[in-house]
Amino acid sequence: MIESPQNQVKEPVVQMRGIVKRFPGVLANDHVDFSLADGEIHALLGENGAGKSTLMNILCGLYRQDAGTILVDGRLADFYSPKDAIKFGIGMVHQHFMLVPSQTVTENILLGLDKPRFRLNLRHYDQEIAQFSERFGLKVDPSAKIWQLSVGEQQRVEILKMLYRGARVLIMDEPTAVLAPTEIEELLQTMRMMVSEGRSIIFISHKLQEVMDISDRVTVLQRGKVTAAGLPVAGASRQDLARLMVGRDVIFHVEKAKVQPGEMMLEVQDIWAENDKGLKALRGASLNLRAGEIVGLAGVAGNGQSELAEVITGLRKSTRGKVILHGVEITNQPVSTGIRAGVSHIPEDRTHVGTAPNLSITDNVIMKSYNREPLSHGWVLNMFAADRFAKGLKDQYEIVVPSTSTPVRLLSGGNLQRVILAREISSQPAIMIAVQPTRGLDVGAIEGVQKLLLAQREAGAAILLISEELEELLALSDRIYVIYGGEIMGETADQDIDRLGMMMTGTRMEDLAKPEEVNHG
Amino acid sequence: MAEPGVKSPLQKIRLPFSVRFELRATEPPKWLSPLLSFGAVVLALLLGAIVIALVGGDPWRSYAHIANASFGSLGVFSDTIVKAIPLIFVGLACSIAFRMKLWNIGAEGQFFLGAWGASAVVLIPLISEDTSRWITIPMMIIAGMACGALWGLIPGLLKAKFKVNEIISTLMLNYIAVAWNNFFIFAIWTEGGFQMSKMFSKNAWLPRLTDFSKEVPALRGLTTHFGLILALIAAVVVWFILYRSRWGYEIRLIGDNPKAANYAGISITRNTVLVMMLSGALAGLAGMSEITGVVHRLQGAISPGYGFTGIIVAWLAKLNPFVVVFVSVLFGALILAGREIQPSGIPKMIQGIILVCLIATDFFLRYRVRIMRRGEE
Repeated sequence: MIESPQNQVKEPVVQMRGIVKRFPGVLANDHVDFSLADGEIHALLGENGAGKSTLMNILCGLYRQDAGTILVDGRLADFYSPKDAIKFGIGMVHQHFMLVPSQTVTENILLGLDKPRFRLNLRHYDQEIAQFSERFGLKVDPSAKIWQLSVGEQQRVEILKMLYRGARVLIMDEPTAVLAPTEIEELLQTMRMMVSEGRSIIFISHKLQEVMDISDRVTVLQRGKVTAAGLPVAGASRQDLARLMVGRDVIFHVEKAKVQPGEMMLEVQDIWAENDKGLKALRGASLNLRAGEIVGLAGVAGNGQSELAEVITGLRKSTRGKVILHGVEITNQPVSTGIRAGVSHIPEDRTHVGTAPNLSITDNVIMKSYNREPLSHGWVLNMFAADRFAKGLKDQYEIVVPSTSTPVRLLSGGNLQRVILAREISSQPAIMIAVQPTRGLDVGAIEGVQKLLLAQREAGAAILLISEELEELLALSDRIYVIYGGEIMGETADQDIDRLGMMMTGTRMEDLAKPEEVNHG
Repeated sequence: MAEPGVKSPLQKIRLPFSVRFELRATEPPKWLSPLLSFGAVVLALLLGAIVIALVGGDPWRSYAHIANASFGSLGVFSDTIVKAIPLIFVGLACSIAFRMKLWNIGAEGQFFLGAWGASAVVLIPLISEDTSRWITIPMMIIAGMACGALWGLIPGLLKAKFKVNEIISTLMLNYIAVAWNNFFIFAIWTEGGFQMSKMFSKNAWLPRLTDFSKEVPALRGLTTHFGLILALIAAVVVWFILYRSRWGYEIRLIGDNPKAANYAGISITRNTVLVMMLSGALAGLAGMSEITGVVHRLQGAISPGYGFTGIIVAWLAKLNPFVVVFVSVLFGALILAGREIQPSGIPKMIQGIILVCLIATDFFLRYRVRIMRRGEE
């Protein structure tokens, strides 16, 4: 573990008090307090949609809070744009880079500044930026064009951009999510260097190990509320943090009927695949799925679970390995092959993948069955049958809308998810890949979705449930696989949350077993 | 709320009210869209009137003249329809491509190729001159559509296989099509050195209303031709494809969210090629109907930019095949009457203003305008 100065009484650089931010239908920040001490690395933890990014977007001037105040160095600060925020020395390094690919590093850093008044003496600025980057160990060639740089180097440019503008407080939104392991180590070094130079860093991440390694204190958000404020990391364990992040009380009890697992429905054998950035996302993952069981896949976001779902459903090509569906190999077959073979898929991204926003509910529910009887006959689509089908689903799945001709972009998250579930379940799938099926839904909606999944299990479907919510996985699954870094760490059928937590942070099942036995013995 | 520490420049101007644009959370009422389109046309005519007044014309007399010259009598209305026919085809061609967010701006070139293909049937000739009309016309239709489809197939394949931007490729193919046509009318099918082919034999003419004036004298001199029937059939077919067929569903799904279409197992590359071909075939049909119904020979100036006007028609019709017919008549009138006022200039300007106003009104479909008094926030 790295030593960082802490527990000294320090003047807070930033104080956010009672921040409230509402989006249509969502309370993203509910009276959030946050304070950043001078010269510390403060981690902001929380699940997706917990309100971390919203809070930080307020601090860097992108959003305006509905209520609450921000103090910087004890002075009241009111931001209308990131420009105002940078005047107070607050800058954000976004997860998605905001760089001009065809311009050089220096040009990107100068962009938006009124510094070179008239004559653009690039060589002079190149030198200045070269010195600057050396000082912070952010190695990058100032005259290189952005498109020539690796992702890690581009991130350095983003950091330099903020430092050059005089940022004393750096907000880093999941900076490690896009990096390869060696680049992550370099970034953590840079962060330490910057803090030792007297800057402060707010570090957003889901990766517990990194948070443990680098930060002094941690604030945890859950559904827009603070559950742990400025907790010193030194005293906390990984399990503690995992519990703080995931651990909400089980609000309801799920009744699960006994179902004898049936025949083998899906076998994934040694699958390798790359993510969108061309990095290895899956490194030889294997798992299997039988009829009548829900198999959970646990893991912290970005460890390959999304890619695995895409490989199984045919949306992503695997570079090695096999996907066998009920004895038939379907590796790298088109999506339609899987659909015909009875694979249904609840995608992670409801609005960008799962639905067509401007089309009606009817058009959206027939997406997987429009080319079969009775919805179509030959090449003619039977719109009456489609409407009847949609109306039936609307009633059965309690989709609350005035009519089935409503475009789905007007639906709330819960209703949208019901549309997708209705579509995916109504095809009576043999295999169901459910990715984060309850994310962002309220408690009532979550219960509804979980009941539907259990009903499918009883009907004999084989369900792969991919979720970041351990409680949900434990409540629904018959077995749970844990994925980390694109590999399966192990498979467990017991309900030991600590063991799952250890595996989710990269410990293999085999390595876990020994201390367990010692404990019991 | 605390008093701001940093003031945004906007806050320095104190108006007694503030205007806010909010994203609509609910669907706008059904009547809003047609009302806005109508409003856009009216606004465009008003703006046009200002320009006409500025250059010293009398806007109201000009407009009255336009109306008279295009709808004033059965004769001129018939001429308006003649101008509208190619616009319907091209408008439909653009509508179906735009529906899939394929920006086919090569309808002009596909129009020329369609005209060339139809001409080739009688000019090569593929069939002898005295072949019955019942064989000649269908053959010309097929040839015109096939050649137009070929001109759509090329950019379609380029886009599907190599991700070539279809806007550039279709635009460039327009010039090639014109040059291709010119080569034939200058060098091969030229009639006595003129840059035009010989007149087609009557068997290759689409029947016109005036052809029946022996039976019905009232039809004398009316030039509306059989292309109108073809265009109306095409509108019905395109509507049926879009809203009542599996293929149309795929087109609409891809157009709205290609990722969702991919997730539903629909091939985007295959549909890119097919839709570009259909779009090209429809534009080719426009060229075919124009030379067999109006010009009766292949020559250079067969299109006053129908292919480009079709883009405006498609947008004004909100890509709805039936509205395309209606809008085409309006634009046919503008083209016809425009010539009465000025060879180019004003009518083209009005078309342009209509398009700009129309695109601008889309804003009101997405946003709601709220005017609030200060302090009400």
